[in-house]
Amino acid sequence: MRKNKIFEDIVHGIFLILGLITVGCVLLITVYLIISGLPAIREIGLINFLFGKEWASTAAEPKFGILPFILSSIYGTAGAIVIGVPIGFFTAVYLSKVASKKVRTTLETAINLLAGIPSVVYGLVGMIILVPAIRHIFKVPDGSSLLAAIIVLSIMILPNIIKVSITALDAVPIEYEDASLALGATPIETYFRVSVPAAKSGIAAAVVLGVGRAIGEAMAVMMVAGNVANMPSLFQSVRFLTTAVSSEMAYSSPGSLQRNALFSIALVLYMFIMLINVVLNFFLKREKEK
Amino acid sequence: MMKKFIRLLTVMLLLLSVLGGCKPKEKASVSTDGSTSMSKVIGALGEAFELETGTTVTYNATGSGAGIAAVLEGRCDIGLASRNLKDEEVEKGLVGTVLAYDGIAIIVHPENPINDLDLETIAKIYTGEITNWSEVGGNDATIVLIGREAGSGTRDGFEDITKTKDKCTYRQELTSTGDVITTVASNPDAIGYASVASIKDTVKALTVGGVAATEDNIKNGSYVVQRPFVLVTKKDVTLSDSAQKFFDYITSEKAREIISSTGVVPAN
Repeated sequence: MRKNKIFEDIVHGIFLILGLITVGCVLLITVYLIISGLPAIREIGLINFLFGKEWASTAAEPKFGILPFILSSIYGTAGAIVIGVPIGFFTAVYLSKVASKKVRTTLETAINLLAGIPSVVYGLVGMIILVPAIRHIFKVPDGSSLLAAIIVLSIMILPNIIKVSITALDAVPIEYEDASLALGATPIETYFRVSVPAAKSGIAAAVVLGVGRAIGEAMAVMMVAGNVANMPSLFQSVRFLTTAVSSEMAYSSPGSLQRNALFSIALVLYMFIMLINVVLNFFLKREKEK
Repeated sequence: MMKKFIRLLTVMLLLLSVLGGCKPKEKASVSTDGSTSMSKVIGALGEAFELETGTTVTYNATGSGAGIAAVLEGRCDIGLASRNLKDEEVEKGLVGTVLAYDGIAIIVHPENPINDLDLETIAKIYTGEITNWSEVGGNDATIVLIGREAGSGTRDGFEDITKTKDKCTYRQELTSTGDVITTVASNPDAIGYASVASIKDTVKALTVGGVAATEDNIKNGSYVVQRPFVLVTKKDVTLSDSAQKFFDYITSEKAREIISSTGVVPAN
């Protein structure tokens, strides 16, 4: 009996330690980012840093304004949501409610595959197919642009949106739908008037998850967006918050203002992600309370 | 029990720190200081040298000017400059030894009818003074400027040679030579630059002022989009044993291959 108790305690302890590792990592990253991100902000000035329109980190008179990055990230993510959410949402409704079992299994496999494709592959395909296509279709000198990034991102967030939405739609009690059908509503009416409203927090969570994925993506964006620190415009090359950090990190010398400013950008990005997480938690909690 | 353990731990830590403090001084090392563009080539050479002799080579990326100053003040063994020494620097008793030449090819899409541009025209294109290929005798199409990210050695070299520092109006800033080549290869109106060693058949390297970017032309100086990587030492000061060994090693026949592998043309 006593032996059992000790064993239980040991296992309990091991699990606790494993759990603490995760928490520790999050704390470590947060503390590290804040410590290494603040000096540059202090040196440049918060207003100049966040709202400066010019970024020229290696110029003779360096300028560190990240407004172009912030706006590009926001526009890019918003664009991806505008394209990705309707497609993802209707796919989810179709797969959850309308599709036959066979169709559903096939499509779900494809969606899972889409989720598993590494971002560098998205970037490569975008670079070789999408960018020249944009150049031809819109008759612009170069296809690397905000638009290319938006299209790549909207495809990348599709699997997240579809999978989470399907889970939410599947969880709607069948009685709701039966009642609606019994009252004479057509199946499509039922799905959109009953099932979707019942699953709306879950679908909102899916959208927020998509936002998180889009704003945090670096590799694919870097390969199709052109990476010039312009103020965002649909056919201009732009630099996102993520790509601003990754494209200059390799050559910046440790301790320089440039390197510190890159950490500050990472800190800003981290704040965005935190915000998104808070929103996500809000929706998930509401889902649970119901 | 707990107290005892903590006491033991403290003693052990103290012992360790004492041991650490008394450790015999680091083995001889060679310090280099200077041009950020040379980080790749010095890094590769330093690694190879360390493998062979066990002597570590440190590298401080500060910039050509700072590297030269560091040699003058005796703060490092060998200075690194990605330009030739100026007369007044030579007068101060510095000696420059060319380690390699960094040749930068100007590349366009293979279908582009342009084959030759001179340095001035290239500078005008990159600063946005010339924006259409027809102005230099090509098709009527907007020129798409492809460049590298801030801090890249190739960008630094290119802007240095064409005197377009901080004035280039890039359409794209890519983060690797490969990306630049792929992008230029997929856009008929693009122009880009990349180190000569990495050029592939998918793009066309322009001749500059009629001179092709070959290894020979870079070495004899007739291809102008290039700059020397110079090792800077002091004339009247003998290098330390290990520094002299490193100097001899990197200027020897053996180092040729390592230097080439980093994308520059070895001088020796």
